[in-house]
Amino acid sequence: MGILSFYPRKIYTLFKGEVLVLPSRIVVFLFVVVLLFLPVVTQDSYLLRILILTSIFAILAASWDFLSGFTGQINFGHALFFGVGAYTSALLNLYVHIPPYGSVPLGGLAAVLAGLIIGIPCLRLRGTYLALTTLAFPIILMGIIFAIPGITGGELGVSGLSRLSGSRLYDYYITVVLMLGLCTIMWKITDSKTGIIFHAIREDELAVRTAGINTTRYKLLAFSLSGFFAGISGGLYAHFMRIAGPSTLEVSLSFTVVIWAVFGGIVTIYGPVGAVFLLFPLLEFLRFWPEFRMLMFAVVILLILLYMPDGFFPWVRDKIEKECPRCKVRNIATRKTCRVCTAPLD
Amino acid sequence: MILDIITSGLINGSVYALLAIGFSLIFGAARIVNLAHTAFYMVASYCIYYATHKMGIHPVLAMLVAIILVTLIGLVCYKLFIDPIREHEAAVLIATIAIAMALQEIMLLLFTGDFLSVPSLVSGYLNILGVKIAYQQLLTIGVALLILAGVWAVLMKTRLGLAVRSTAQDREVANLMGMNESRVAMITMGISVGLAAFAGAVVVPLTIVNPHMWMHPLIFMLAVVVLGGLGSLKGSFVGAYILGFAESIVVFLLPMGAFLKGSVALSIMILVLLIRPEGLFGVAFEEER
Repeated sequence: MGILSFYPRKIYTLFKGEVLVLPSRIVVFLFVVVLLFLPVVTQDSYLLRILILTSIFAILAASWDFLSGFTGQINFGHALFFGVGAYTSALLNLYVHIPPYGSVPLGGLAAVLAGLIIGIPCLRLRGTYLALTTLAFPIILMGIIFAIPGITGGELGVSGLSRLSGSRLYDYYITVVLMLGLCTIMWKITDSKTGIIFHAIREDELAVRTAGINTTRYKLLAFSLSGFFAGISGGLYAHFMRIAGPSTLEVSLSFTVVIWAVFGGIVTIYGPVGAVFLLFPLLEFLRFWPEFRMLMFAVVILLILLYMPDGFFPWVRDKIEKECPRCKVRNIATRKTCRVCTAPLD
Repeated sequence: MILDIITSGLINGSVYALLAIGFSLIFGAARIVNLAHTAFYMVASYCIYYATHKMGIHPVLAMLVAIILVTLIGLVCYKLFIDPIREHEAAVLIATIAIAMALQEIMLLLFTGDFLSVPSLVSGYLNILGVKIAYQQLLTIGVALLILAGVWAVLMKTRLGLAVRSTAQDREVANLMGMNESRVAMITMGISVGLAAFAGAVVVPLTIVNPHMWMHPLIFMLAVVVLGGLGSLKGSFVGAYILGFAESIVVFLLPMGAFLKGSVALSIMILVLLIRPEGLFGVAFEEER
């Protein structure tokens, strides 16, 4: 009996000590629980559809943050990875009849290749140059797609793909679990030794090189990993919508990704994910006034930027949590002393 | 054919040069990447449309009114949304995209998405070797070149131009030398938006006015600026004509050229960058201290 109840008790203690002590962790926990158990409460097809698209774009926004936030290589052409992923999975599915569980990862791999192809010339550029040059790649690809309508369908895109799975509910679980999994992987990578090098490249590339680290290799790694995640989201999008059209390569998509990430707060991973889950359903909700939808979106973003230029979620987090001045552990803002080292907070 | 290519290349090049020089100015003096730049160009076109069609003002007067109005709108946007967050570079980028989107949506609400057009200032055409060149096209090229010369003179010959150029070279030292950095930024923003409005004014009789007309010039303007070297005015000028001619050659000579014009122009930009990462006339900016 003692052994049987040992593990539940251990898990409970861990949960109490690690999750319940910080409001931000409670929020993340509740977010995951709600996402996973939502279909138990409602199976409204429209709601699930919105959440599926939200999850797909959350992967995309997080992958932008992974590349541009962490290594500081501002990428304005993130739609390239999304589009390459979408078109590759679509063409493989349509012409080679590879089912979605094969074509989506292959789309991701194609996006890795795209990341390498644009990464190698772009690594010579820095800062604003890089940002403006990367903007060009999706447009170049879009021109090529329009020029060979025989294969790519031109303006209409590739349609008639097989479904992601049999039903809306399965679609929902596939995308949500993938989103949670991939975002956790990204967060873990940025937390690892590689992630520290990414941070360092953003702060001072010369210093990193001086320390004997091959920054080119790490930047290429960031490009290809980010391309992989974005390509997977593109493949999921293509199979969920059952069409891969030129809209997946549009400049406005690249801009929207950047807006989501900066709104949510860059260099966080959780920020862009949260931002997509806030802004994408908001846009759907505003569909009651279709004419004012994008205008409200733009105005909301302008106002948010004026008052919290570091992003929405870091701002909220700073309001509800304090960092201990001595041991740098985060504490809930209501505490007077640090929960670990008992040093008085501010 | 050759004459067609030359005129359309000159027109495209002049418009891109007007846009790119404005963009370069504000990037150099204030390090603001203003992605709403061509949105102001779009707003100027709409102002001219409204003034000539709905209010019946003479086109030349309408253009002047539009330029002044758009410059004011630009300065208000700068003061309200960009100035307070200037030290956060990423936030400025997003703010300018949001401004552009907001302007596009406002125009969509006011004028709907219809394709509109404005009559040309002068009618008639010149017949050279069997090719018709409208006087309006010649006028556009001439006025654009005149304005470019004017900007050049202001930047090179006046004290204001000196202040703008020295702020572009080194903001902190310029500030130490007694130039009011934020005022220079403000004035440069005014000039820059004014140039965008002017580009809109000269091109509006030749193009179709619709709320999405800012996207294509934005891409080309960015390509021009990167090709010529960020912040370099000479580079923007040369780059604009290179890409303008490339665009018209592709459109006239290649099959499916209209689809490929963007791809070819941007590929040229990337090829140049592979050989010279700082652009054709780029001055390698010192790292910000």
